[in-house]
Amino acid sequence: MIQLLAADGTRTPHPELDEVLAGRGGDDDLASPQRLRGYYRDMVMIRAADLEATSLQRQGQLGLWASALGQEAAQIGAGHASREQDYLVPTYREHGIAWARGIEPWRLLESYRGVSHGGWDPNELRTHPYMIVLGSQAPHAVGYAMGLQRDGVVGTGDRETDTAVLALFGDGASSEGEVSESFTFSASFGAPVVFFTQNNQWAISVPTSVQSRVPLAQRSRGWGIPSVRVDGNDVLAVLAAVREALDAARAGEGPRFIEALTYRMAAHTTSDDASRYRPSSEEEEWAEKDPILRLRRHLEQLGEIDEAFIARCDEEAHDLAMALHHHIHGMEDPDPADMFTHAYAEPHPIVEAEREQYLEYVAQFEDDAEQTGERS
Amino acid sequence: MSSTSTTNLPIAKAITAGLRDALRADDKVLLMGEDIGVLGGVFRVTDGLHAEFGPQRVVDTPLGEAGIVGTSVGLAVRGYRPVVEIQFDGFVFPAFNQITTQVAKMHNRTNGTVHMPIVIRIPHGGGIGAIEHHSESPEALFAHTAGLRILAPSNAQDAYWMTRQAIECEDPVIMFEPKKRYWVKGDVDPDRRPELSPWQAEIVRPGADATLLAWGPSMPLALESAEAATEDGIELEVIDARSLAPVDYPTIAASVRRTGRLLITHEAPVLGGLGGEIAARISEECFYHLEAPVMRVGGYHLPYPPARMENAYLPDLDRVLDGVDRLLEH
Repeated sequence: MIQLLAADGTRTPHPELDEVLAGRGGDDDLASPQRLRGYYRDMVMIRAADLEATSLQRQGQLGLWASALGQEAAQIGAGHASREQDYLVPTYREHGIAWARGIEPWRLLESYRGVSHGGWDPNELRTHPYMIVLGSQAPHAVGYAMGLQRDGVVGTGDRETDTAVLALFGDGASSEGEVSESFTFSASFGAPVVFFTQNNQWAISVPTSVQSRVPLAQRSRGWGIPSVRVDGNDVLAVLAAVREALDAARAGEGPRFIEALTYRMAAHTTSDDASRYRPSSEEEEWAEKDPILRLRRHLEQLGEIDEAFIARCDEEAHDLAMALHHHIHGMEDPDPADMFTHAYAEPHPIVEAEREQYLEYVAQFEDDAEQTGERS
Repeated sequence: MSSTSTTNLPIAKAITAGLRDALRADDKVLLMGEDIGVLGGVFRVTDGLHAEFGPQRVVDTPLGEAGIVGTSVGLAVRGYRPVVEIQFDGFVFPAFNQITTQVAKMHNRTNGTVHMPIVIRIPHGGGIGAIEHHSESPEALFAHTAGLRILAPSNAQDAYWMTRQAIECEDPVIMFEPKKRYWVKGDVDPDRRPELSPWQAEIVRPGADATLLAWGPSMPLALESAEAATEDGIELEVIDARSLAPVDYPTIAASVRRTGRLLITHEAPVLGGLGGEIAARISEECFYHLEAPVMRVGGYHLPYPPARMENAYLPDLDRVLDGVDRLLEH
């Protein structure tokens, strides 16, 4: 397992990946103190948004919430490892990826509140919609990567335009057949895609040990897809491994697979009760490996962080949570007639007829209300 | 009426011509499927296209229907127009998840920002003496899924033009191709776009006594039945549904208002089949015009049987005429 930051924040040298972090080919130093502080702030921010979302669900403002608590380093690291032109394909728990991509947290909450199924423009944000049916997005990632090949933006050596796809899924989704087919298709066509699995140890109540007889990182090797396992609570290890793999994919070297070992500190979703299937001792053990604490310790060892910065991050995170709270409480339900709008791209007589029927049906009640109002 | 550009082609070759012209017209069109490249497809529908357009546009894929359809979703997001071949109707089920939860819903999921101009070609229906899973009629399973469109050509002209129009459509289209009729010839005019929309049904034989609705592989049987019924002095109006999603209810209802009777025949099991949905809607819309309940003649509630029994399973002339008799008893 690749680890650059130990749980106590100590930095472990790694000749090859240190070079990647230092910016092989003239990039900015991904591990500069300024960047490290940025990752720290991002993780604090996204954790605050996550906790606030859980709170909003408890207040009845969200139908459900899938927390990414504990997985901040894996997601912030992978998100920042991608370049602007890369296309990211998340599942439904990638709030840190979305944050790194500049997608405001309230947009993620739309689907959990039930006002849309997602709704952003994937091409504008270069981020695929959140995906509920596990593993279904993996072949989409490969198809998009096949499109990149046809568009001639792979392996040209132009770092501004060469593009790759980062496909994200969890250990549970990795058991789905479509993930295996994605390995097949990406390997067959040499598609520029990096599969990134956050192994958070549990697929709802089923531990990874029930899903795989071998470390997940070994799975793709049967397809000839090189793979590594990284410490997913180590933002630097994730950054370096994902950047290295994406660079290779962009260069036309074909697919890669990364397993990031991390831990889902909360339950699967707010509907789940993790205390039924996992011991609290395990949660306590992983709390010691907390990704935010780890980076803070590292920054402290470097002398690159002070109480004022930490307090400022906490204050910003609090403000974000409050903004989220107010945004959601003020969010109005969409007009139900809008549900007919985007079923099809082209006119569809049955959907149009049903929309008319719906509007006429609703209008009856408005007429009744008016008449009642007149009488009173 | 034929123009100078009209050629006489088997349905399979009409589809080939449609694919070729679509590939020439738009370089974002690409074909994907098992054995469609060098071999030209198990039915040779893509014959010659690999040689003409190369492996980047006529893609021999690994065996994996979910992978074929799933990668086509990603290609569509990237701006491509994939045309996918599923080898046989019964092989579409490994891709069922991708078609129903992804292809059908991605446009909706993204509030209309992403289009899914994907065509899924499926050789359709029985009567060819094949083994299990080579003769099924799963159209109702897909017609039930909002977000999909379904076309079912029954002749060469429709086969050519529906191929072109399905590829041009910004929505996903499943095209059920009548496999037992792949080698039946008909006139095709690739230079004259039909006036009839692909989403409209066509009255292919007028008649006053009852309406007989069919599609795809069942159309020859419908026409044969109408011809045979004239011996008993019964004039059947035969409608080719052509589009199964959306179904062209106005054309069917107008016919039923004239004839007062409707018989629907399809190869799929009657229970839960598309005929049941059409019967229910026509009953709602045409209740006071109906002289008899809407009737259906189709497959039984069984797995498609082994080939030596399929003639008993599939609607045939006698079963359709028996249905007509029951319809006219009222």
